[in-house]
Amino acid sequence: MNKSEGIGNREQGRGVHGAGIFIKSFLGLFLRDLRVLSREFIPFVLRVGMQPLLFLFVFTFILPRMASGNPMAAAGVDFGTILLPGLMAVAIMFSGIAAVALPLSSEFGITREIDDRVMCPLPLWAVALEKVCFSAMQSIIAALLVIPMAYYVPAIPVRAHVANWFLFALVLVLASLLAGSLGLVIGSTVNPKQIGLVFSIIVVPITFLGCVYYPWAYLEKIRWLQVGVLFNPIVYMSEGLRAAVTPSIAHMPWWAILVALVFFTAALGRWGLKGFLGRVLS
Amino acid sequence: MNSVIVEIEALTKIYDSKLRVVALDGVDLELKQGEIFGLLGPNGAGKTTTISIATTRTLPTSGSVRIAGIDVVKHPAHARRLIGVVPQFNTLDRSLTVYENLYYHCRYFGFSHSHAKSRSLELLNQFMLTERKGVYPAQLSGGLAQRVQIARSIAHRPTVLFLDEPSAGLDPQSRMAMWEAVEGLRKEGITVLLTTHYMEEADSLSDRVAIIDYGRVLALGSPESLKSALGANTIFDLKLKSIENLEPVVASLKSRPDVTSAEATAEGIRVIAASSDGLLPDIVQAASHFGLRDLAITEPSLETVFIKLTGRDLRE
Repeated sequence: MNKSEGIGNREQGRGVHGAGIFIKSFLGLFLRDLRVLSREFIPFVLRVGMQPLLFLFVFTFILPRMASGNPMAAAGVDFGTILLPGLMAVAIMFSGIAAVALPLSSEFGITREIDDRVMCPLPLWAVALEKVCFSAMQSIIAALLVIPMAYYVPAIPVRAHVANWFLFALVLVLASLLAGSLGLVIGSTVNPKQIGLVFSIIVVPITFLGCVYYPWAYLEKIRWLQVGVLFNPIVYMSEGLRAAVTPSIAHMPWWAILVALVFFTAALGRWGLKGFLGRVLS
Repeated sequence: MNSVIVEIEALTKIYDSKLRVVALDGVDLELKQGEIFGLLGPNGAGKTTTISIATTRTLPTSGSVRIAGIDVVKHPAHARRLIGVVPQFNTLDRSLTVYENLYYHCRYFGFSHSHAKSRSLELLNQFMLTERKGVYPAQLSGGLAQRVQIARSIAHRPTVLFLDEPSAGLDPQSRMAMWEAVEGLRKEGITVLLTTHYMEEADSLSDRVAIIDYGRVLALGSPESLKSALGANTIFDLKLKSIENLEPVVASLKSRPDVTSAEATAEGIRVIAASSDGLLPDIVQAASHFGLRDLAITEPSLETVFIKLTGRDLRE
């Protein structure tokens, strides 16, 4: 018959464990997500960029220029430098959740759109992994978007200096995978109706208590809080970026950060995968 | 041709939550290559569960399903390359256009860009969807969405296609178009397993039919052989005003040579007869003393076979 038929048969003829089709299928899922993102790229940039932009504008541009005697002005002196890694962490986390949790929760919901992707010739864990990887890519873009903002907006220049590019890349990738895994947990375990509530009672608190707006070391006067936040994965995202991007500010040792990032990514990934399998298999 | 392509063996599925539900109770089926096989039964009979297990979406409690020799429980990812699915509900990707739904489906199955593109265009043409290639699924009518789903399900040239209640929610015209599309698949040599609770659908589309109820296969064969083997019966359903002392009438009807069976029902009498010639006036006469208010005659069909097997209507 025709040429396409021939190709189809050849592809079907490969063995049970043909890894080639797995990789191609994974790539197909990734391309599909890229296509959808490309259509919504401007809204995507606005969504992930608005919050850090406003934060930098208010705290590092407006407040330092206010008349002296304003008690808030003192905070602005080097606040930009403290904020930069924190805002990158927030950008990573929010885009991770927006990229996985929100679409998954609706695809699992009434439309059951996930069905077609679940029917791909891929193990189910790979379908979940693709979601996490794609969200990690979005998180990395979101984090990198914060850097030019931090360069142009603050009244007092931010003292950023990447001494170790390898550490920076590693932290960026690990933090983004962690955010995607957290998104997978939320998307596959939370009822679509309650997703807004989850934002208020989980996402917002872990952000505010995630050493985003202050370095972890500065919490030493509030010892209970300093120990308590160690259970919050966002802390390691902020501290990791602090160690990589603004090493002049006090931060946790890099090895502890990496161990914690790997641990939380693995734990959340496992939990999220379990939820995912529970939703697609009965 | 005619080699066995789908083997379902002693398949059981028990949902053991608060309420123990036996969805499948030892189902054995074999599908031959290239046939259209209908799984017929009322809602809750176990049709969708059978399809879900065969398409790797549900794990069986015991038993096995093999497609072209591949065990779907042990090698789900590989089995998925051999199967296409049209689910009961519209699961088209709402973020992609009609063309992209087909194109990315092909990519999921390892097609190259150019191969996926040519296959998608070919399917748009085959299913008369070319004009709607740039439309999003939310803008499609139920019938069109179903056509896109069928096109998508065969895009990767599966060996076996599963259609779960393909005409549910379709208007009669779309249903006819869907039947035509399924008939068209026969030419491509795809084996089709379809579930339905519409008799006419099973009767006109299927080469063979399995009647299933309470998770068990009650009968299996071509529509014609089922109708003749189980007696090509006409069913007379009489609704009566008074249902006291019906026994003598039932007994006298039963004794007639042309009556297969007669029984009292909650509202009157049900007579099952091999032939309806000359019987109708006698039945009406016999029932007239009890105040005949309604008489329904069901001509020989899979429906009468089903009623004979289960004692109840498919739509009940």
